[in-house]
Amino acid sequence: MIGAALLAAACSREGPDIVELEFWAMGREGEIVPILTKEFEAENPDVRLRVQQIPWTVAHEKLLTAFVGGALPDVAQLGNTWIAELAALGALADLTGAVAGSVAIDEADYFSGIWATNVLHGAVLGVPWYVDTRLLFYRSDILKDAGFDHPPRDWAEWRAAAEAVKKRVGAGRFALLLPLNEFEPQVMLALQQNDPVLREDGRYGNFSSAGQRRAIDYYLSFFRDGLAPPATESEIANVWNEFARGYFAFYITGPWNIGEFRRRLPADLQDDWMTAPLPGPAGPGVSIAGGSSLVVVKKSKHQEAAFRLIEFLSRPDIQARFYALSGNLPPRRSSWNDPLLKEDPYVGAFRDQLERVRPAPQIPEWERIAQEIRVVTERAVHEGWDAARTAAELDRRVDAILEKRRFMLAKAEETP
Amino acid sequence: MRPSSAGWAFAGPAVAVLAVFFVFPVIAAFAISLTDFDIYALADLKNLRFVGVQNYIDLLETPLFWRALVNTLYFVVVGAPLSLAASLGAALLLNARAARWKAFFRTALFAPVVTTLVAVAVIWRYLLHTKYGLVNFSLGSLGLPSIDWLGNPRFSMPAIILFAVWKNFGYNMIILLAGLQAIPEELYEAARIDGAGKVQQFLHVTLPGLAPTLFLVGILTMAGYFQLFAEPYVMTQGGPVQSTLSVLYLMYEQAFKWWSLGSASAVAFILFVFMLAAASLQLALTRRFGGAA
Repeated sequence: MIGAALLAAACSREGPDIVELEFWAMGREGEIVPILTKEFEAENPDVRLRVQQIPWTVAHEKLLTAFVGGALPDVAQLGNTWIAELAALGALADLTGAVAGSVAIDEADYFSGIWATNVLHGAVLGVPWYVDTRLLFYRSDILKDAGFDHPPRDWAEWRAAAEAVKKRVGAGRFALLLPLNEFEPQVMLALQQNDPVLREDGRYGNFSSAGQRRAIDYYLSFFRDGLAPPATESEIANVWNEFARGYFAFYITGPWNIGEFRRRLPADLQDDWMTAPLPGPAGPGVSIAGGSSLVVVKKSKHQEAAFRLIEFLSRPDIQARFYALSGNLPPRRSSWNDPLLKEDPYVGAFRDQLERVRPAPQIPEWERIAQEIRVVTERAVHEGWDAARTAAELDRRVDAILEKRRFMLAKAEETP
Repeated sequence: MRPSSAGWAFAGPAVAVLAVFFVFPVIAAFAISLTDFDIYALADLKNLRFVGVQNYIDLLETPLFWRALVNTLYFVVVGAPLSLAASLGAALLLNARAARWKAFFRTALFAPVVTTLVAVAVIWRYLLHTKYGLVNFSLGSLGLPSIDWLGNPRFSMPAIILFAVWKNFGYNMIILLAGLQAIPEELYEAARIDGAGKVQQFLHVTLPGLAPTLFLVGILTMAGYFQLFAEPYVMTQGGPVQSTLSVLYLMYEQAFKWWSLGSASAVAFILFVFMLAAASLQLALTRRFGGAA
């Protein structure tokens, strides 16, 4: 009785025209969004927004269980590597038409590699919200001591610089840190190749191809020749302290570490570190197109209002404020005209790198494959495997993961 | 009404509840373990394939599964006896005639059982912190080097065991305390008259008197410890280097991280077989050695 009365009261207060929009945002973004969306609610009096904050650690399983339970929100933030998976479930609304007709969202203004992570078989399933890519953080003083006045631009220079640094710092210190608990550096080197990571439309691993083998060999050689310590990040304990101490001179990491380096490195070291685009096999190379996208759930009853929220969050002025609050880099070029981004020397390299980013393979199995890449390369480092053996092991494991995908694709071809 | 139908009428509700919430899910889980239920099947059930025992074969060929099994056995073999010993010790102390403020201590020692695991895990993470933790501070004041409890694969499982024992021993302590109080005082009196010392009294009066309770508590504890999950989930997420990855944690990852429900169900059944084997072994030992009690 009381419940029914409350329900009636709630309905009458909301009125028939108010749309209640549910938005899931992950981690820190979930804390920041409510600050930005006050303006959205002021501009759109017919929408009441409910922001639900989801911790990153449980976000993926929460999305899948919510799909099963039919409890997905109207709009959600998604790590862009999850798009293929939720698309396979048929959970995402096709935004192709809405984007084409939108004034606020101009596809040409977005970095093309980032935009591509949201397009599957020609359909736009999400709009990039912020980007995350990785590049070189380096100690310019150590590099100068080793005889290099600029950061390496290609693989040969990178290798030469690493050797020179190692010679300079001696035993007990290293040229670069490639933490063994990460898969991103390996994946980035793999994406730089002309041979794709997977072959035949993602049916099989392609690690034994010449290009992929070269990437594996380049990665493993840093360990084989003592230029990188065979350690995980937790064994390093405090990456910033060790970077300050000169334990390593190169570190591949993402934009979130700009703030951390500023905060945690001692003041007298602040002029001695810099960021640089990732070196490629021949000249500046591509890096991984990571980050988060905003998606509309297919079953949402408020498609139009949901897209309006995405348009609002995609506005360059809002993205600049979002950057100021979170440090998350904006995915569209015009947002980068904000003085805060333009005048920061450390983010300059990211602006440059974003013109050269490539999506990881867009298939639902990708996260598992990335984990296998990590596990197998870790083993290869510890057991001294060569590139050919590592590639063969990767192909074997990845082909097993992709078995169901092959079955699905074969089935789809049978019944057109 | 015939006696048998009356019996069914009384047992009916319980049987129905068991059937709906236990028997049926178990059968369903077994059926799923024979399929490749995954994200594609979630999208459309037509994508489900019957794979027979392939999930089981794949699991037995996966090094990570064996790793998880070894980790779990480590936890059971070290943790369960340790937990029992702690419970028994605490129960004996509480039951001792010299003990003061029994009600207070009983409550205090039982308190960890009723606290929320996640909340105390946060506190334990502080206690075990490499730099600021009380545990390492104490080690340091004894002149011992500090230990990276949750970051070093050698010490992560001992840390988890320590935490689990602390969290759980109070429960068994209460049961054992009841068992101790049920041993008639006359037996001790007779033993004392016969000239038995404290140790002899414990070995020949207390232990035999407590045997049925101990075996019950032993089986329950072991079954519980096989299902190690929440502690690593909140403290270490299975790391470092998968050193605290338990079988149940593996099952959870298979099911909710990768959404391989077929494989996850197979893990559950393999774990069930192991628990059944361990429980049968314990029962056999009880019959053999505890039969007199």
